[in-house]
Amino acid sequence: MADGPVAELLLRRLEASDGGLDSAELAAELGMEHQAVVGAVKSLQALGEVIEAELRSTKRWELTAEGEEIAREGSHEARVFRSIPPEGLAQSELMRLPSGKVGFSKAMSNKWIRVDKSAADGPRVFRVVDSMEDEVQRRLQLIQGGQAEKLGEKERSELRKRKLLAEVGSWRDRPFKPYNFLAHGVLPDSGHLHPLLKVRSQFRQIFLEMGFTEMPTDNFIESSFWNFDALFQPQQHPARDQHDTFFLRDPAEALQLPMDYVQRVKRTHSQGGYGSQGYKYTWKLDEARKNLLRTHTTSASARALYRLAQKKPFTPVKYFSIDRVFRNETLDATHLAEFHQIEGVVADHGLTLGHLMGVLREFFTKLGITQLRFKPAYNPYTEPSMEVFSYHQGLKKWVEVGNSGVFRPEMLLPMGLPENVSVIAWGLSLERPTMIKYGINNIRDLVGHKVNLQMVYDSPLCRLDAEPRPPPTQEAA
Amino acid sequence: MPTVSVKRDLLFQALGRTYTDEEFDELCFEFGLELDEITSEKEIISKEQGNVKAAGASDVVLYKIDVPANRYDLLCLEGLVRGLQVFKERIKAPVYKRVMPDGKIQKLIITEETAKIRPFAVAAVLRNIKFTKDRYDSFIELQEKLHQNICRKRALVAIGTHDLDTLSGPFTYTAKRPSDIKFKPLNKTKEYTACELMNIYKTDNHLKHYLHIIENKPLYPVIYDSNGVVLSMPPIINGDHSRITVNTRNIFIECTGTDFTKAKIVLDIIVTMFSEYCENQFTVEAAEVVFPNGKSYTFPELAYRKEMVRADLINKKVGIRETPENLAKLLTRMYLKSEVIGDGNQIEIEIPPTRADIIHACDIVEDAAIAYGYNNIQMTLPKTYTIANQCSQEDIADKLGLDISATKAVHISNPKTAEFQVARTTLLPGLLKTIAANRKMPLPLKLFEISDIVIKDSNTDVGAKNYRHLCAVYYNKNPGFEIIHGLLDRIMQLLDVPPGEDKGGYVIKASEGPAFFPGRCAEIFARGQSVGKLGVLHPDVITKFELTMPCSSLEINIGPFL
Repeated sequence: MADGPVAELLLRRLEASDGGLDSAELAAELGMEHQAVVGAVKSLQALGEVIEAELRSTKRWELTAEGEEIAREGSHEARVFRSIPPEGLAQSELMRLPSGKVGFSKAMSNKWIRVDKSAADGPRVFRVVDSMEDEVQRRLQLIQGGQAEKLGEKERSELRKRKLLAEVGSWRDRPFKPYNFLAHGVLPDSGHLHPLLKVRSQFRQIFLEMGFTEMPTDNFIESSFWNFDALFQPQQHPARDQHDTFFLRDPAEALQLPMDYVQRVKRTHSQGGYGSQGYKYTWKLDEARKNLLRTHTTSASARALYRLAQKKPFTPVKYFSIDRVFRNETLDATHLAEFHQIEGVVADHGLTLGHLMGVLREFFTKLGITQLRFKPAYNPYTEPSMEVFSYHQGLKKWVEVGNSGVFRPEMLLPMGLPENVSVIAWGLSLERPTMIKYGINNIRDLVGHKVNLQMVYDSPLCRLDAEPRPPPTQEAA
Repeated sequence: MPTVSVKRDLLFQALGRTYTDEEFDELCFEFGLELDEITSEKEIISKEQGNVKAAGASDVVLYKIDVPANRYDLLCLEGLVRGLQVFKERIKAPVYKRVMPDGKIQKLIITEETAKIRPFAVAAVLRNIKFTKDRYDSFIELQEKLHQNICRKRALVAIGTHDLDTLSGPFTYTAKRPSDIKFKPLNKTKEYTACELMNIYKTDNHLKHYLHIIENKPLYPVIYDSNGVVLSMPPIINGDHSRITVNTRNIFIECTGTDFTKAKIVLDIIVTMFSEYCENQFTVEAAEVVFPNGKSYTFPELAYRKEMVRADLINKKVGIRETPENLAKLLTRMYLKSEVIGDGNQIEIEIPPTRADIIHACDIVEDAAIAYGYNNIQMTLPKTYTIANQCSQEDIADKLGLDISATKAVHISNPKTAEFQVARTTLLPGLLKTIAANRKMPLPLKLFEISDIVIKDSNTDVGAKNYRHLCAVYYNKNPGFEIIHGLLDRIMQLLDVPPGEDKGGYVIKASEGPAFFPGRCAEIFARGQSVGKLGVLHPDVITKFELTMPCSSLEINIGPFL
């Protein structure tokens, strides 16, 4: 806009004049809308220090119809004065004149006339002075002549109160430019939560609604013992490889382990027990001491269940956690070395696989996922295990939405939990539902410092049970 | 999860019927497998190396099937077919038998030198086997799959298979200095010493991954026959002399390793899978292994184990109500031959040598549930009554006496990237990097993060501890200290911490910090302890993060306020 013809014209005129220009005058001179000139001024101002502009307001006045009549024929009070003969006039007669009512009281307060209430045939009005100056008419005539500025503000406002004078350009006669309702409004100043936080608080909400208590998960650093051994994951398991897990150089080893419990875990791994054959290998304490960045929040669940097992008598619990885990993964568009795991755990007497499925159905229904299917799967620390699939309307196929199972007795019994207590659990990642929810194809746009702030600014509220956006073109794996 | 690639038509032929892709996918799902991909050799090559290279390749349809990591018996076509046929009750599970040879038993003698490097070995013989090209390929492929999975990339177990007719026992499994081992390895035309081989294989894309297992050890494991012919130098390579071909009739199998249990499982799997093609189907000829202590054992073990599980336990664990007879039938379909015995509620289950994954009753329960069909189980809600609680993180707050800056960061021993060598001790760099990656966004940029950082702490069991931090930055044309300061005031207001030096209040005092501009840094004291700093960042810091505008920041430990 700034390089438009009006702006150019404006600049030329400004150059030629000293002391600036009046936009209204210029508009009149150029024969264009005043708004066009104002627009040009604004766009030039936006460029920085090109022009200076100050806002001035000018007012013009014009006579109302009544005002014009008075300018022509005199004020009502003058007309009343003139209509009174030297011998006076009956008040009732005077009141019947066109200007009677208004003119009478004004002429009275001007002390031009007087009323004799004791006259024989009712009150009678007489002139007091011989002649008078019709100040109102004179002033209106001045304004008519374009000399409104000769009047004081007080005089003008008096005329305006008598509705003889009106400000020119009141909104009634103005043309208004139509709004462009297709244009965007001005956004209010506000903060924006990262989509992961929004989805996370929805999940927390769901767990809390279902009566689950949040587990403490404030230890990214975990010993191999709690991360693997306690879960009956053998020491030669591939997940315990450098290629899958980040180990620590410093502090390299856990300082304390609950040694009683460690002995039971060792025996279960190496020789079996609690009805198990065990893995029949040489279990090493050194291996269990190795510190790592936890690979799942199940290590926190194991600690929570161990604490639970120490409390007698056993009380049923429902636990959940949502927190960061770390894996030495090959990085790509859907995998990072760290992500958030969502985990739910229920411990009670006599829980069945049917219970696990029932809880999963309720949980996923709250997420807006109703079509569920369960596939047999293998997890080192759950048996039976089931992967949870849901039918994805967009992709037209079943996609995995979570993993679940019943914790193995070899994990629970060494902790000291009663034999007839079962623990069902399930987990999923936070990033994947968030990517699907917000239509994000590349996890790097969502997590880490390369996050796209525009995306953060623009992303809507998270309502998990609402219809998601169309899925990303690439399938998030 | 291992993926097994099989030819579709071969699979259907073995299954005795054809399926549509959807039908087969459904069958897999039900059985706990996943039809991962439908492809062909041509498609694979063209995807990886381009259309030109793929020109001559086969376009026979391949099914890539994901198999659970503990089901070693499903890692080849033979095992998959057997599993599915038994599942669908089209065949009965075969019984695997170990037989003594008519003549002399093959002997493998382990010498004590192996103790330090690879102490265990087991062996067996497949007699009068009949290979075809496909069977032979499957045999080789199964060894590879086992190597990659249960064998932990040959570290735990390595398999050698040999044409027995080219060798003469007894065999000796020993360990020698690398320079003293010399033989012609598989696919080479001349002899090399072990030292030379290790060098040659450094550039071999397949073998280079296994060298580390024995590299730098004084002695290398090696197996000889009675004439001094090298069978193999486990876990790296076999000798060329005894290589097997499609025409091989008698196979000597040795598995060496550091895990005896797994070596026995691996041997059992190979012989159970491929004895199908022996003249006497599903029979395996025994071999004797003499350990350094003089004790001798016969392999393969092919042990059948009996387990007893009560029917009501299965019903209770799964949440179904099936008769013991039905449960026994379901288990039999899972390759676990079962029958009802005793009081009519006991089920006796026979665990075959192929099902090393069954180590507890819960494994049997799962198989019953799979055969019943997970999706046929009635979903119910547990009656577990609990009151929900949010995590208050009180435990974070109790130990804030310690000076965080004096403690050290936690170091990763195998970092993925240079940026990821320590667990972060501060949130500020992450926010500055985020700004750097978003410089195109309109100013001002106001970012915050509330997250955990990790600090070494010898008072905890693992020697490190998380702290919950809050960090905020303001990035604009002017430093905006007052904005960050105002944010602090607002946070404290919301946390109900009044301004002032009183015990319960907060105050900021002039301070210094390497990240801050001199005279523009203050330390925050709340409830009598230092909780963090705020200030205008030093221009050097800003420049290092490739930023160009002034920036003020705030980072506090919010533990004490939670």
